[in-house]
Amino acid sequence: MGLRAYVVRRCLQLVVTFWAFFTLLFVLFRMMPGDPTSMFIMDGMTPEQREQRIAELGLNEPLHVQYIEYVRQLLTGDFGQSFIYNDPVTSIIAVRFMNTIVLMATALIFAYIIGITFGALMGWWRDSRFERGGIVVTLVARSSPEFWVGIVLLSVFVFWLGWFPSSGMRTTGGELGGGFVARYGSLDFLRHLFLPALTGAIAYLATPTLLMRSTMLDVLNADFIEIKKAEGLPERTVLYKHAARNSILPIVTVAAIATGTAMGGSVVIETVFNWPGMGREMVSAVNNNDYPLAMAAFFLMGSVVIIMNFVADLAYVYLDPRVEYE
Amino acid sequence: MSTEQPSPTDSTTTSAGERLASLRQRFEVFEGDRLGQIGLAILALFIFIGIFARPYTIELFDFTFSTPGLAPYDPGERAVGDRLESPSAAHPLGTTDMGRDVLSQLIAGTRVTLIVGSLAAFMAVFIGTNVGLISAYFGGWVDDVLMRITDIVYGVPFLPFAIVLVAILGSSIVNIIAAIVLILWRSTARVIRAQVLSHKQRPYVESAQAIGAGHVRIMYRHILPNVLPLTFLYAAFAVAWAVIAEASLSFLGFGDPNMLSWGEMIYNVYTANAIREAWWWVFPPGICIMLFVMSVFFIGRTLEKEVNPELNHQ
Repeated sequence: MGLRAYVVRRCLQLVVTFWAFFTLLFVLFRMMPGDPTSMFIMDGMTPEQREQRIAELGLNEPLHVQYIEYVRQLLTGDFGQSFIYNDPVTSIIAVRFMNTIVLMATALIFAYIIGITFGALMGWWRDSRFERGGIVVTLVARSSPEFWVGIVLLSVFVFWLGWFPSSGMRTTGGELGGGFVARYGSLDFLRHLFLPALTGAIAYLATPTLLMRSTMLDVLNADFIEIKKAEGLPERTVLYKHAARNSILPIVTVAAIATGTAMGGSVVIETVFNWPGMGREMVSAVNNNDYPLAMAAFFLMGSVVIIMNFVADLAYVYLDPRVEYE
Repeated sequence: MSTEQPSPTDSTTTSAGERLASLRQRFEVFEGDRLGQIGLAILALFIFIGIFARPYTIELFDFTFSTPGLAPYDPGERAVGDRLESPSAAHPLGTTDMGRDVLSQLIAGTRVTLIVGSLAAFMAVFIGTNVGLISAYFGGWVDDVLMRITDIVYGVPFLPFAIVLVAILGSSIVNIIAAIVLILWRSTARVIRAQVLSHKQRPYVESAQAIGAGHVRIMYRHILPNVLPLTFLYAAFAVAWAVIAEASLSFLGFGDPNMLSWGEMIYNVYTANAIREAWWWVFPPGICIMLFVMSVFFIGRTLEKEVNPELNHQ
């Protein structure tokens, strides 16, 4: 199979995966406990109002009509009204989604910079004290659920040392609005961002570190490294210019997949730090039976995962010409 | 794999004695591996604590059983007037806001972790191994269908899915395990499939086919034993992810209200607004989760060396 055929096939697969995903979503949210009408209806309604509301929501239609309507709404980005906020879900989610992206992107960038550096050094100094210690530290980081890392950081840096604010995204009374830079660039915001982002960074550190280490070991066994050393190049040059650069390739794919996984982690980190993002919104929406909002949040998170998996597969074949397309 | 053992890759039959030998060999990988030994020791300790926790009856489906107890108090018992007390002789790890003994809750919570970890991992690996085996062995449309399903499952975000499913089906340990298993089988399926694909080409499969062995026999008697080490490795990882997932779900308030787990203990600290002061209540369950998962990862790392000897790098 040529590259082009592979890409076409992978695109088709993307469409099928998306279809399966939002069908799953439809089934899940129609399975919600009790009579499907009861949860969409506020208390204190007369039976007539109730009937009217059911008709409005299209819940008296046959299931396949509801399904088609649901697909149409998803494709037009219309997720309905939130029960709790009484606002269109799309506008609520858009803000939350941006907050989540800023948090998780920061966390992942930290995780990958630290992980790649550490992993490369661990591979370079194999069988050293540094490597053995590094592996233990990495495994400990990987063994800690996000909420636990968050709690430890909170206890040390907020409750004990008092260096950072404990929760939220900005100090109350602080100015809201303004452009992107004003929103996400202020010192107050960065102080709030630091601990949740560090939590994410620690939680996602293990994968790039261990992967970088093992690919480094593979690359270091390759002949060209011996040749470069024999050429009399300084160790540093061989490490950075030749060994590390050639080891980064698999990290790119893993990074894309990790971005998807991080969407799940955002649920926990945002809850610990009261970060007004999509994950926390989803938890509270599920708890408050605000199904349109929960569904939209779930849909967006799943979309990020699916798209990032797609990006990972494409990046893989574009970056490494040796790869065979199955 | 060491040289004195007959390589299982080429053997078409395995006697009970050989199997025992290979089992013993599997444990030998722990020799000289400090991390693996530490992992085994911690895990053994948790299993011991879990089994002898408290005369605590577990109801799973229809059967109930009870055991003698290690925990000094009933985890739900309230010591009146001892609310949010820091550690003392009577309560080595202090008490909760309801005056319950933290140590006893911790010991009781070990059980939930063990149950979730072992059951979820077993089921996930069981499904994953079968899917991978069948998919690779038959190839063609079977492979296509099974792998597309696997791809779709890879598109579902783990924790959000578990939250929604548990919200729909209700917070019980069975539902939590189900939610975890429905996602967790995917990685095993992919890895086993890749491994089986390479085994399918080997002479021993061809000779089995030539003798006239059936599909089921070739798959489960000939190929499966060769991919089993990889299955064990993924089982170890699955235990770790299952425990982390259960802890996270419980921390978010979706835990089984009838079975107190470590994650749920931390959720209780949060809802009681005691996280700032009650360090004795927050830290023990968190440390336990970390130690438990760590022990499994350490064991996994040791198994990995056997499965993937190149990682061993002298």
